Amino acid sequence: MKLHEYQSKRIFAEYGVPIPSGDVATTPADAREIAKQMGGPVVIKSQVLVGGRGKAGGIKVAKDPTEAERLADQILGMNIKGLIVDKVLIDEAANIKEEIYLGMVIDRVLQKPVLIASSEGGVEIEEVAKTNPEAIIRLPINPSWGLLDYQARDLAFELGLRRTFINQFVRIVQGLYKAFVNIDANLAEINPLAVTDQDRLVAVDGKIVLDDNALFRHPDLAELRDAQEESPSEREARLAGLSYVKLDGEIGCMVNGAGLAMATMDIVKHYGGEPANFLDIGGGAKSDKVAAALRIILSDPKVKSVLFNIFGGITRCDEVARGILEALEEVKTEAPMVARLVGTNEEEGRQILAEANFPSASSLGEAAQKAVELARGT
Amino acid sequence: MSILVGKNTRLLVQGITGREGSFHALQMKEYGTNVVAGVTPGKGGEWVHGIPVFDTVKEAVNATDANTSIIYVPARFAADAIMEAADANITLIICITEGVPVLDMIKVQSFLSQKESRLIGPNCPGLITPGEAKVGIMPAHIHKPGGVGLVSRSGTLTYEVVQALTNKGIGQSTAVGIGGDPIIGSTFIDMLRLFESDPLTDQVVLIGEIGGTDEQKAARFIAEHMTKPVTAFIAGRTAPAGKRMGHAGAIIEGGEGTAAEKVKAFEAVRVKVATQPDEVADIVAQQMQ
Repeated sequence: MKLHEYQSKRIFAEYGVPIPSGDVATTPADAREIAKQMGGPVVIKSQVLVGGRGKAGGIKVAKDPTEAERLADQILGMNIKGLIVDKVLIDEAANIKEEIYLGMVIDRVLQKPVLIASSEGGVEIEEVAKTNPEAIIRLPINPSWGLLDYQARDLAFELGLRRTFINQFVRIVQGLYKAFVNIDANLAEINPLAVTDQDRLVAVDGKIVLDDNALFRHPDLAELRDAQEESPSEREARLAGLSYVKLDGEIGCMVNGAGLAMATMDIVKHYGGEPANFLDIGGGAKSDKVAAALRIILSDPKVKSVLFNIFGGITRCDEVARGILEALEEVKTEAPMVARLVGTNEEEGRQILAEANFPSASSLGEAAQKAVELARGT
Repeated sequence: MSILVGKNTRLLVQGITGREGSFHALQMKEYGTNVVAGVTPGKGGEWVHGIPVFDTVKEAVNATDANTSIIYVPARFAADAIMEAADANITLIICITEGVPVLDMIKVQSFLSQKESRLIGPNCPGLITPGEAKVGIMPAHIHKPGGVGLVSRSGTLTYEVVQALTNKGIGQSTAVGIGGDPIIGSTFIDMLRLFESDPLTDQVVLIGEIGGTDEQKAARFIAEHMTKPVTAFIAGRTAPAGKRMGHAGAIIEGGEGTAAEKVKAFEAVRVKVATQPDEVADIVAQQMQ
């Protein structure tokens, strides 16, 4: 789950990381009021869960409250990569002399948290990794004793920070690490950490991605979820306990198991079709889940045919077959479908479908080819 | 035995009184697995399907000499259950539980580095040595004893390949699901090493997917250390970047972990990569000749 910039920075501030003073506005009038209270130049920053806000015109500097109101009016309602801006963050503007990148991630190979730092802050770290990989420092952290102060000091020297900043920097890096661990983040990033002309270090921008599997420990953070992060269908899927990712194709797929669901998409493509989605109904799914899944798949107007691929283990094919028919009672559709059911109780499952004149296929290849033909209307 | 589980397995079920734990304990027992004990804190002294239940793993081990444990406890208790098993000197721990927080697993891996125990999973279907022992949730009837070792990050996709093999009359030595999470106890390489030295395994099937670089590492290992033929399948050729495809570990991040780069890594070391699950069985059959 992604957090907005303002939410991320507020969390960092709780851990002792200095952030610019600022507040969130949802109307141009509010923006004006906040700018007035700041009493100097401000930055108006769109709060959307997507990168590249600056390039899209979603971040602007205003010299006074009147300009802040005018710019907030421009930015609010703006469409940035498909997301509509409904909040702007009004931050006091800082005079930035240098920009540093700081990020905490999980390294899958080392199986440890890793602190990533670079003196080339202010741009996406993936860009730096491509253009100047030597400028990236990686510091693996032992989870048993955490980040040690001397490691943070070493990092400060490696980044070429002046001595006057060392203590501030250590506090900030420790704050970032503690926040990362305490809130169960997958990513916690300060970019840039700005060196201002007043000789202060300030987290000008921040980003946090939380571990969805750990949200049970953080009910307060779970409430911060923005509806924008997921499409309405993805939201419905999450609430129904289904794993769903919308894609651009025309063949809806309903599968049990994540690996098999990916393999099913691949085979659709292999036979010349385009998958409309990834959907894993999970183990032991019964008719209510099948119905919810079918509703979600068909809510995508691009879907021209639906492919069911079920490998019965714990999931029983007869139950899925009944689930499909019950779902079709409830979800009226003209979209043609084909099912491939194998494994536990496959005979019964096929029988149930055959009696209802529901087309089935015996192999995955055959089912995929059929689904592609159905989508083409041939 | 083939690898890891077989006739010598003395299985303990952590979370045996739960719905999943109790259901699968019976399934495993009926398959012929030697299920010697169960653990649920607070339910010691009870019996489930004729299996004695203990309060702690230590008690269960002392009373029954259990050497393998399978974990069905809810995600929030899973890390603790793994560490309890390791502390009681269980040599092989299989964690079926899905949804364990990443930082919990980091703690577990750090803990296990001080212990002798091997962990499989979490978020995995377990493993089976057909005809000897099933320690997992896979449908047993699709398997057949034989010489093909399987290692996979996925559940149903593995069943699909196993069934294709069995339909061709090709049996399996052991099929291991290592799990779909970003941080897992045993990797492809750990299993490849065991299969390479197992006299009952003639060739190996590796089923990978998008996310991480474990497959690329496995490809290098195969080139340098394996004499037995390996066939690979990679799921997620059509998966978009930046989206988690069901498994917590199945995500292309920062342009890394695509199916294309994994396929390329295997092909570069002359490992055949099937384009469909069924095709795995065809390639295995060709390599038997």
